[in-house]
Amino acid sequence: MLRYVLRRLLTAIPTLFVIVTISFFLMRAAPGGPFNQEKGLNPVIKANLERVFHLDQPLWKQYLLYLNNLIHGDFGPSYNLPDFTVAELFADSLPISIQLGGSALVLALLLGGILGIIAALHQNKPADYAVIATATAGSTVPTFVIAPLFQLFFALTLKWFPVGGWGDGALVNKVGPVLTLMLPQLAIVARLMRGSMIESLRSHHIRTARALGLSDYSVVIRHALRGALLPIISYAGPAAAALLTGSIIVETIFSIPGVGRYFVEGALNRDYTLVMGTVVVIAVFTIVFNLIVDILYAVVDPRVRYD
Amino acid sequence: MSGRILHLRNVKVSFDTTDGTVEAVKGVSLHVNAGETVAIVGQSGSGKSQLMMAAMGLLAPNGSATGTADYRGANLLSISKSRLNGIRGAKITMIFQEPMTSLDPLYTIGDQLSEPIRKHQRLGAAQARARAIEMLRLVHIPEPERRMGSYPHEMSGGQRQRVMIAMALANNPDLLIADEPTTALDVTIQAEMLELMASLQQRFGMGMVFITHDLNIVRRIAHRVYVMRHGEVVEEGGTAELFANPKHAYTRALLEAEPAGRKPPAAPHARKMIDATDVRVTFRIGGGFLSGPPLELRAVDRVSMTLRQGQTIGIVGESGSGKSTFARAVLRLLPSEGTISFENRPIQNLTRGEMRPLRRELQIVLQDPFGSLSPRMTAGQIVTEGLLVHEPSMSRAERDRRAAQALEQVQLDPSLRNRYPHEFSGGQRQRIAIARAIILKPKVVVLDEPTSALDRQVQKQIVDLLRDLQQANNLSYLFISHDLAVVRAMADHIMVMKDGRMVEQGTPEEVMEHPREDYTRRLMAAAFAR
Repeated sequence: MLRYVLRRLLTAIPTLFVIVTISFFLMRAAPGGPFNQEKGLNPVIKANLERVFHLDQPLWKQYLLYLNNLIHGDFGPSYNLPDFTVAELFADSLPISIQLGGSALVLALLLGGILGIIAALHQNKPADYAVIATATAGSTVPTFVIAPLFQLFFALTLKWFPVGGWGDGALVNKVGPVLTLMLPQLAIVARLMRGSMIESLRSHHIRTARALGLSDYSVVIRHALRGALLPIISYAGPAAAALLTGSIIVETIFSIPGVGRYFVEGALNRDYTLVMGTVVVIAVFTIVFNLIVDILYAVVDPRVRYD
Repeated sequence: MSGRILHLRNVKVSFDTTDGTVEAVKGVSLHVNAGETVAIVGQSGSGKSQLMMAAMGLLAPNGSATGTADYRGANLLSISKSRLNGIRGAKITMIFQEPMTSLDPLYTIGDQLSEPIRKHQRLGAAQARARAIEMLRLVHIPEPERRMGSYPHEMSGGQRQRVMIAMALANNPDLLIADEPTTALDVTIQAEMLELMASLQQRFGMGMVFITHDLNIVRRIAHRVYVMRHGEVVEEGGTAELFANPKHAYTRALLEAEPAGRKPPAAPHARKMIDATDVRVTFRIGGGFLSGPPLELRAVDRVSMTLRQGQTIGIVGESGSGKSTFARAVLRLLPSEGTISFENRPIQNLTRGEMRPLRRELQIVLQDPFGSLSPRMTAGQIVTEGLLVHEPSMSRAERDRRAAQALEQVQLDPSLRNRYPHEFSGGQRQRIAIARAIILKPKVVVLDEPTSALDRQVQKQIVDLLRDLQQANNLSYLFISHDLAVVRAMADHIMVMKDGRMVEQGTPEEVMEHPREDYTRRLMAAAFAR
């Protein structure tokens, strides 16, 4: 297993390299640059800025320079927020996004999982229909509708929670964004869990467990649930990577200083280093969580062997 | 009445489906005495399994049962779930047809064996483990201590079924219900399993209900028989009387459904259709980036065969012996070494494109009539698909005419051709698969266990159909089966395979009546034991 993990981590290096290369040149292929503003910058200042940031060099040189910095852990300075390096921006914002996304994911897995199991155990009965209806609603109503509704009702009318802001991470400030991030995930997890649990409960070895007179708890939790977890695990990996790296919509609506907005802001302003940094962070998260998924697979299912 | 352990009275089982309520069992009464073996026979769909599932409280969620299932004064159909859980697994146990999937793939054998022992006998972990090992030894699992830590996928089908039996007997039950426990196993293992169950039954003095469609097994082990059809018991009685003097027409039909007759041998110097010499197939497992060279597995090892026009070569052997792999290699569906020629033309090195025109002459019919037909195509589309490839210029009307003709040849009503596979029975689906092969007017057809998934009666019809088609079209068959009775009725030459090699070949008489090899003798003894 250890060898497998090492091998996977080694193969991540070329993967990252390819992602970085493609993103770098795609970004540069887009028209405009970080210092093309509507009003037009004084050409002398612009030339100065470009020289400072090596933008006057040939593209291949810039690319090699960026790679070299990246290997040394340097994401470079932000072009549009010149007081900060990209690394500093992430150091401030990534923990916030991870807290929100992580809480949303854990809650979605727990609650969605429980709802899915309840639905599966009462297939085609009222409890099942209720879960399916909730799940359908949860996955069809977009985040940008849920978030304002939450603000309107719970923040403005009931005044239980603040309308927005991070508030240095106070619990009341987190409720809104976490719930909004969680709902669509919860809906997906509940549906997945219901489906895979129904299939698991129908399998022959569950019939065997019942025929042996095992208790409902053992049949449902010990035998059926473990087998039903595999699809959930494979969904949770990529979902975790997406959630932990922030959401532009939720962070904007709730004025959260997370990492999600940097990707869009960076792309719009041609803030090359910021966009590249975001790409690298998302890629690393995706690679790591996919690896965790594969390891969990082997833990849950003894038929999975990697050596 | 003291010896009566299970007494079903007027049990009815019904299922709520989208098409309304379906009655699977329509009022059946039967009883089992202590130490007695009772067989319930019938075709698939006769309700024999559902009857016992109902008694065990194992019906699907949409199923319900009425009547009484009396076990020592308790009606199993109405007692509480916790009382039922105290009886099933302890006093009444059940084993199932599917040895590959009936064990939980995620827990070790030891875990799964110990769990019901701990629950019903209230033993500690160490004692339960000791009992589990004892049970594994009893069902002849080698190295039981080590096997306790194995997972089901690390064991063969026969071993898994032994583990199932060990689980069922670990709590000294009064009654064992066995639902086709040997059907999915090879004949030699089937024979061992029946012996094992009979000896354990004597040792524990329990009653046994044996659900099966195999009359051969019934004859060997049952004291009494219930014959079920369409959810009702049509005949019951002692095994010997029932076999000697069946009263109901359906029982007689079942008894007569044993495959019979022999195929007249093909002319000894008929044209050679396929000539295969020293065919070898090697599978490579694993290997790749940083993980070393792949493991080589020789699935077929130097097998030679000559198939002549009008001839049927039967290939027999246990699962894993390489029968299907060899046949697929001969059709060039798998890469192989050695030489293969079709009508004296070497085809071993032809490319896919060069093989394509020959494909219409070399057809294959597979075992699984459920999996081998596309569920999204109608019977007519399935049957004519080959014509689209091999006769692309054919008009739609002509294709339709050919489809109707082919369906008629396999005795299916051509007006059904716009239906989808799930609307047909297993036997009808196999007819569609055969029609799909013969519509191209092939010269050689590989039949890979074409009757194994079918009931005996349907099997007989398919065997008759295949023989008629062969005569009418002078076809050559390569007939693969583990069912020796069917092979005897179909083939004029038999090859016996074991571990990828051909161990013996000859006419059915030579191989079946006077086998030379020890392995063949065991195979025959297991298949035709009385």
